[in-house]
Amino acid sequence: MTHPRGFLQIGKKKERERDPQERARDWLEITLPGSSDEVREQATRCMDCGVPFCHRGCPLGNLIPEWNELVSEGRVEDAAVRLAATNNFPEITGRVCPAPCEASCVLALEEQSVTIKTIERTIADAELVRGLVPRPSPHRTGKSVAVVGSGPAGLAAAQELARSGHDVTVFERDDRIGGLLRYGIPDFKLDKTSLDARLAQMRDEGVVFRARTSPSKDDLAPFDAIILAIGARRPRDLAVPGRELAGVHFAMEYLEQQNRAVAGDPVEAQIVATGKRVVVIGGGDTGSDCVGTAIRQGAKSIVQLEIMARPGDARGAKNPWPEWPLVLRTSSSHEEAAATGALGREFAIATSGFVGEGSVRALAATRLDTKEDIEIPCDLVLLAMGFVGPEPDLATSLGCELDARGNVRVGADQRTSVENVFSAGDASRGQSLVVWAIADGRRAATAVHALICSKR
Amino acid sequence: MCGLGFIAEINGNPSHDLVDKGLEILKRLAHRGAAGSDPESGDGAGILLQIPHAFFQHELERRIEKELPLPGDYGVIQCFLSRDKARCQKQMRIVESVVRYHNQIVIGWRDVPVDPSVLGPLANGSRPTMKQLFVARVAPVQHFERTLFMIRKRAGRLVLQQAPDEDFYIASCSSKTIVYKGLALPEKLAAFYGDLADPNVRTSIAVVHSRFSTNTFPTWQRAHPYRLIAHNGEINTLRGNQTWMGAREALLESPAFAEHIADFKPIIRPGGSDSASLDNVVDFLVASGRPLPHVMMMLVPEAWSAQVEMSRDKRAFYEYHAALVEPWDGPAALVFSDGNLVGATLDRNGLRPAKYVVTKSGLVVMASELGVLDFEPEDVLEKGRLNPGKMLLVDVAKKTIVTDDEIKREMASRQPYETWVEENKIDLASLPTLPKTPMPKEERETLERAFGYSRELVRVVLGPMATKGEEPTGSMGNDTALAVLSDRPQPLFRYFKQQFAQVTNPPIDPIREELVMSLTSCVGGEGNLLGETPRQCRMLELPHPILTNDDMTRLDTSGLPDFRVARVASLFEASGGEEALSAGLEELCAAAIAAVSEGASIVVISDRGVTKERAAIPSLLACSAVHHALIRAGKRMRCGIVVESAEPREVTDVALLIGFGAGAVNPYLAMEIASELGSEKNYVKALKKGLLKILAKMGISALSSYQGAQIFEAIGISEGVIERYFPGTASRLSGIGLGEIAREALLRHSGAYAEGVYAWRAEGERHAWSPDAIAKLQRAVRAEDSESYEEFAKIVNEGPHVNLRSLWDLQSSRPPVPIDQVEPANVIVRRFATGAMSFGSISKEAHENLAIAMNRIGGKSNSGEGGEDAERYGTDRRSAIKQVASARFGVTTHYLASADELQIKIAQGAKPGEGGQLPGHKVDEVIARVRHATPGVTLISPPPHHDIYSIEDLAQLVFDLKCVNPRARVSVKLVSESGVGTVAAGVVKAHADSVHVAGHDGGTGASPLSSIHHAGTPWELGLAETQQVLVSSGLRSRARVQIDGQLKTGRDVAFAALLGAEEFGFATAPLIASGCVMMRKCHLNTCPVGIATQDPVLRARFRGTPEHVVRYFFYVAEELRAIMAGLGFRTVDEMVGRTQHIVPKAIQGEGLGAEKARALDFGDVLQAPDEDQPLRCTTKAAQLQPSELDERILDEARLSLKYREPTTMRVSVTNADRAIGARLAGEIARVYGELGLPDGTITIEATGTAGQSFGAFAAKGMLVVLEGDANDYVGKGLSGGIIAALPPRRSKFRACDNVIVGNTVLYGATSGKAFFAGRAGERFAVRNSGATVVVEGVGDHACEYMTGGTVVVLGSAGRNFAAGMSGGVAYVFDPSNELALNEATELERAPLDAEDVEIVRGLVEEHVQYTRSTRGAALLADFATAQRRFVRVVPLEYKRALAKKQASESAPPAFGGSETA
Repeated sequence: MTHPRGFLQIGKKKERERDPQERARDWLEITLPGSSDEVREQATRCMDCGVPFCHRGCPLGNLIPEWNELVSEGRVEDAAVRLAATNNFPEITGRVCPAPCEASCVLALEEQSVTIKTIERTIADAELVRGLVPRPSPHRTGKSVAVVGSGPAGLAAAQELARSGHDVTVFERDDRIGGLLRYGIPDFKLDKTSLDARLAQMRDEGVVFRARTSPSKDDLAPFDAIILAIGARRPRDLAVPGRELAGVHFAMEYLEQQNRAVAGDPVEAQIVATGKRVVVIGGGDTGSDCVGTAIRQGAKSIVQLEIMARPGDARGAKNPWPEWPLVLRTSSSHEEAAATGALGREFAIATSGFVGEGSVRALAATRLDTKEDIEIPCDLVLLAMGFVGPEPDLATSLGCELDARGNVRVGADQRTSVENVFSAGDASRGQSLVVWAIADGRRAATAVHALICSKR
Repeated sequence: MCGLGFIAEINGNPSHDLVDKGLEILKRLAHRGAAGSDPESGDGAGILLQIPHAFFQHELERRIEKELPLPGDYGVIQCFLSRDKARCQKQMRIVESVVRYHNQIVIGWRDVPVDPSVLGPLANGSRPTMKQLFVARVAPVQHFERTLFMIRKRAGRLVLQQAPDEDFYIASCSSKTIVYKGLALPEKLAAFYGDLADPNVRTSIAVVHSRFSTNTFPTWQRAHPYRLIAHNGEINTLRGNQTWMGAREALLESPAFAEHIADFKPIIRPGGSDSASLDNVVDFLVASGRPLPHVMMMLVPEAWSAQVEMSRDKRAFYEYHAALVEPWDGPAALVFSDGNLVGATLDRNGLRPAKYVVTKSGLVVMASELGVLDFEPEDVLEKGRLNPGKMLLVDVAKKTIVTDDEIKREMASRQPYETWVEENKIDLASLPTLPKTPMPKEERETLERAFGYSRELVRVVLGPMATKGEEPTGSMGNDTALAVLSDRPQPLFRYFKQQFAQVTNPPIDPIREELVMSLTSCVGGEGNLLGETPRQCRMLELPHPILTNDDMTRLDTSGLPDFRVARVASLFEASGGEEALSAGLEELCAAAIAAVSEGASIVVISDRGVTKERAAIPSLLACSAVHHALIRAGKRMRCGIVVESAEPREVTDVALLIGFGAGAVNPYLAMEIASELGSEKNYVKALKKGLLKILAKMGISALSSYQGAQIFEAIGISEGVIERYFPGTASRLSGIGLGEIAREALLRHSGAYAEGVYAWRAEGERHAWSPDAIAKLQRAVRAEDSESYEEFAKIVNEGPHVNLRSLWDLQSSRPPVPIDQVEPANVIVRRFATGAMSFGSISKEAHENLAIAMNRIGGKSNSGEGGEDAERYGTDRRSAIKQVASARFGVTTHYLASADELQIKIAQGAKPGEGGQLPGHKVDEVIARVRHATPGVTLISPPPHHDIYSIEDLAQLVFDLKCVNPRARVSVKLVSESGVGTVAAGVVKAHADSVHVAGHDGGTGASPLSSIHHAGTPWELGLAETQQVLVSSGLRSRARVQIDGQLKTGRDVAFAALLGAEEFGFATAPLIASGCVMMRKCHLNTCPVGIATQDPVLRARFRGTPEHVVRYFFYVAEELRAIMAGLGFRTVDEMVGRTQHIVPKAIQGEGLGAEKARALDFGDVLQAPDEDQPLRCTTKAAQLQPSELDERILDEARLSLKYREPTTMRVSVTNADRAIGARLAGEIARVYGELGLPDGTITIEATGTAGQSFGAFAAKGMLVVLEGDANDYVGKGLSGGIIAALPPRRSKFRACDNVIVGNTVLYGATSGKAFFAGRAGERFAVRNSGATVVVEGVGDHACEYMTGGTVVVLGSAGRNFAAGMSGGVAYVFDPSNELALNEATELERAPLDAEDVEIVRGLVEEHVQYTRSTRGAALLADFATAQRRFVRVVPLEYKRALAKKQASESAPPAFGGSETA
């Protein structure tokens, strides 16, 4: 803490974003790189708390006050080293993390949290500009590990293990490496070049990637340990009349196609919102991503439905700091929609069915507060109601137990019921944040390392 | 601890009158001694006389029909013998045989007549048989005393071998002196020993002593005087002195003792008190042929380091002897006598009082107090006090008084010490060195990992040291796990906690009183203590014990042929475990012994050369092991030890190495890092400062006495390891052995060298206050969510092991009771108190919030040490507990009178033994007003209470407070450490109503990090010890026990109650309930939640309410009730002290933490109580009888109190009349508040010698005039009253040359005036914040820490004037420009300006008016000349603050005004 009174003298400055009207017309990232002076000044607002509540928020235990101090001293390169000590992919979390750290920052008591995420991203971007330097292990252990799934959990585990000198192979059933990072998050939130740079670094550190491969039990047998990081890809469905109508799609199907399109791949029969009346069911991040994508595709109108009541604008008495604030959130996509006048957000709406012949024409629903039945005309419905669990086949074939919710059952060190099989990320945790996936992956790597090193 | 004195007839004419006078002195000092649970058994009293020849001649002829030789031709052995008849006979035979063995003649035994009926049952139960053996001289007369010494030593040894017994003891054995002593009350001593009443018992010397035992249990043997000395004080460095003396035994040689020397070993008899041990050494050195004053000078030297003015030969004397023997350090007033000489000396600090009177009729009386004998005023020739480090001697054989100068000049010229020192001492700086090359980065980083340097350590600890030369500061206490509970490998250092002084001796202020401190270290081999040759000071003399890497090169390449440096490798096989470490230690010790045998003068224990295969032995273990192995081999004194290690980095680490024997330390890795971060020089500076602080908090001045003194307490190291490698170290909790120590060392080591593992990185330690715990608690109190409290309690109670209680379970064989039968929560919460947090350290909003909450539930809030705004008195915002701390901020009579409980804060958990500092930027208008200070000026709290240097002083303060407010309970706050139980017993004997034991981990304010983390012990240990000692000494029923230290939950309270506490203090938790988020930035004034800040913007952010705090306490109480129901207790009272309901948990799991936790043995801590004794306080507050005189004064003032009518009364006083006027002052404040009565409403005219605390807390409206003189603490806490003291009209001495008032006068005065026609002692007007005073001369340290008021000194002032003074003004008459100002304080010294002249003249006129001062009158007679000889002393910070204030208000400056309050 270089400036004890910084937080009193310097106000919070949020991350700068491109104009909503402008950005809604392209697929480029919406945030602008911060000016380094401004970020440096913002970093001096950190109080280096005796009890760093930001750590409570961050599953990775990022050493936030430490790198804040380094940034405030202008030592961005040193800050990157401290950041890398706990976080394998700060360029990703610096973009897509909802930043629970900021919610629990002591300055958030007065709603003036340190802009931790922006600082993190600034550190990470500077590193990307310098070029990510591979840190291969100077020696090899001769042990091999299979990581199934190349989302954030799998990649984090793979990188840690490779750096410890093990031979790591990452299997991915899709055509490109990255899992949800690649096809789940729209490009306007996460430009894929940073992911590619990271993967290149990992290759140089010795990780072998095998895309378009779904390994079987036998394929995995030769490995000393296996990490299942297969995600929780089964979407929650809506069993109502009319579900079968054309124009009703899962959000992930819709988002993935657009990501491929941006990547330059030909996409056959792409679902597009252009000129359509769109309804997005689900008020979470995926829902928001659908809204942002639909706007960019030129939707005629968009309505987003949420089954829960509208949260308040400020914390309630039963939701004190440093808990995650249960308040109404306005995402960047909402801002764009508001700017283009395309959005309606509705709360406490339960969908009762879809109306139409062959393809959907309208959505039937009930307002939970007034019990009023309504109908919303629409041409495209996107289901963004979350995920119910992993696709279980590989796990069960390996003999792993599942828990009551259908996730792979693991202990505190991510170990499954089978001795050398581990699981990390959404596959064992259920649908969650990227930071949790990275944290799980790192934990799994530590446990795998301990296990295979103990067997000489 | 105690009262002592002597009386001598200069002409050496023996008389019985002198015996009576001696006994009278004893009686008049009775209030300085103590009695235990049995009021008839004293702690000890005694008298030393010359052999009363006429009496013995008569007695022997009459009783045993033997004839005595001439005086001097026989000796008397005063024996305490076995109570068992047969054994007694056997012991007598042994003594006789020894007399014959030494070729002297046994004359016969005489039974000492005693009257046991005057003893209490405790004393009588342990009363030995008492007999005197008369021995006729055969030896040449000049050797007879030595022969008697040899007889005593051999007899002691043989009895121990052949008829051992706790009774056997030889009180004296001399042809010149005899000692009568024991456990009689001082006033009963003569009734017990019939001899003393016999008119034939005549003497010209009497030494007397009355004991207040605090560091050991009272026994017959431990009464004073010993054979040569009587002692008031405490030797803090005892452990080291004993060890070094033991080590020297191997080298002792003397023709005087020849082969008998074996009989003397050990020189220091085990089991004796500190005083007894010192007597053993004095006795031995005197017998070997050194004169008694010489011995006193070498063992208790005055301060002689560079900044002290001293003649060259005297300095050389001390420097030479510093190479021979370390000082016996600690507060000491010593009286000594060999029968011809009688004298007294004070240690370098002079904190024990020693006052003397010389009469025209030829008597010299020296005692702890003035007025112990009455003399006609015209008979008094001189009244004085002994200055720090000085000696007073009466030689009755030569019929003369010898002054300090004369004795010391004589001793210093015995040998050419100066030449010896010049020719032999080695100055390291003068040796050549090679250019330095920094360590390669890679190597440094590997070593950092191998030795467990975390980034946090480098950043938080080493950073500030290397860049600013300062130890880092932190706040909010320590909530990390004890080392023995930590999952992470800990340096062995972390298992040791610093010890510190509380009550029994005062800590020192090493900054403001630097002149007594010394870090000088002599490294090398010593010679034979009994010899006196130049060769003995052939040593390396270091200005401080820290060696840089360059210094090491100098040592290695010194090339001095007669001063060899040998390196021994402190490494062990990294592939092994316990055996490898053990073998490594063996090898190391063997190598060290071999090196010394081959003539090495310095052994360097080095861990340079760590490799993958060879790990470093923990440096502390290596150092202590070698130190003790060399002692056992009889070779320790032939060499010095230097530790060269990468491990030590913090101040405590270096202190530990020195404490366990090292003479110097080279922390080579930390040095490298420091040069990288800042500079080596800064780092060394920070270490030096820190070391001084650690010494000072124990009350030790000289590093040489600290070396090897082992003033640390181990927590969680096995008995086996302690015994083998750290013998003698305090340890109340046995734990890990060599196996775990090796494992910890190797975990770090392998982290640095292993391959394929993630880089080992020290991550944060576990903290008890996790974000989750804070969040849950805040949610609970804000949302009224009891479930959230339960989650909080679960996190705390079932979370990771961070404290001892987390390793315990509750159990009960009692049937559970239904919860509705358990006393209700609103009854339980009355036992709760909030911690002492000063207004100033926390904001008004936060402070009052706690007070309102506690008043609402009937608990107590604590004002802390910053005073309390008077407008809060009597409202719901008041604090029931008002603290009296060392700085006495805002401690007015009104403040005291409005308290329910007055708490004397001896120490605080976060920084025991240290003073605090409130930075100027936190002192705003309101705080300044409440503290009687100036806005913007830094406030310093002294480390000690300057009216508590000893336990009898504490008793005095308890008495003072009870006088001023008889309705308040008085409590004493201590900090948990080994030995706290004995101190607590002393506190109870001092009549406190409550003992507060604080844990080491608490603390809300700012403190140096090393104190937060490395001093004090968990309250579990301190409380267990306190309870055990109080119960076993029968004192528990007399006082309540309160504890604090990170209490959080009902379960914590349950453990505290079962361990023996009946009241419970909480500080951090209620603050968290009020919104604190543990920023730990209290010291920066930037608290973001408006608690620890005075910034109005931040204060506005405070969101706490009293309800939050109330809810928290009720949740705790409800949790406790559920536990009580389960255990089968209906009330907390039933639970107190039922230790049997606590059982250690079975620790599950693997890992380092669990393994270490399993090694702990709680046997001592969880001892089942003695159910026959009361386990809790069963008496009401101890009603102390105020003096009859004070009651009478109050009575006579009734009319004035009621109708404000003027009253004048006349009283006569003696030194037994203490705190005169305090009772009345309290009443005035109670009725009239701060404003008091109009000046001069009540006049008290007293005559005589007043006891301590004369005029204490005198309130406005009181005028107290004393014709005579007074002891210490006159006008303590003066609050608007006027005090004057003048010599008796008939006295003939020059008033301005004689002492009229004692030490520490006007301590903490806040307003009022005082005029003294005579000199005052040390620390005049210390912490004065508003009184106006005139005095005719002062001792050392006058105006120390003064923050306001005006002091005029019309005569000379001692050393160190105005140390730490930050406000007010002093005028000193200094015609020859001698005034020695403290150098560490920024002061302006200027001639008087016109305004000053008016002020001074006005005050001198007032002085003459009140005291008839001839001195004052003489100055006024030619004031035009006189005014030019005055200097004005003003602190610069104060001047600047006033100028600033003036600029903003354009008002005239306040200083110089008579009443700035």
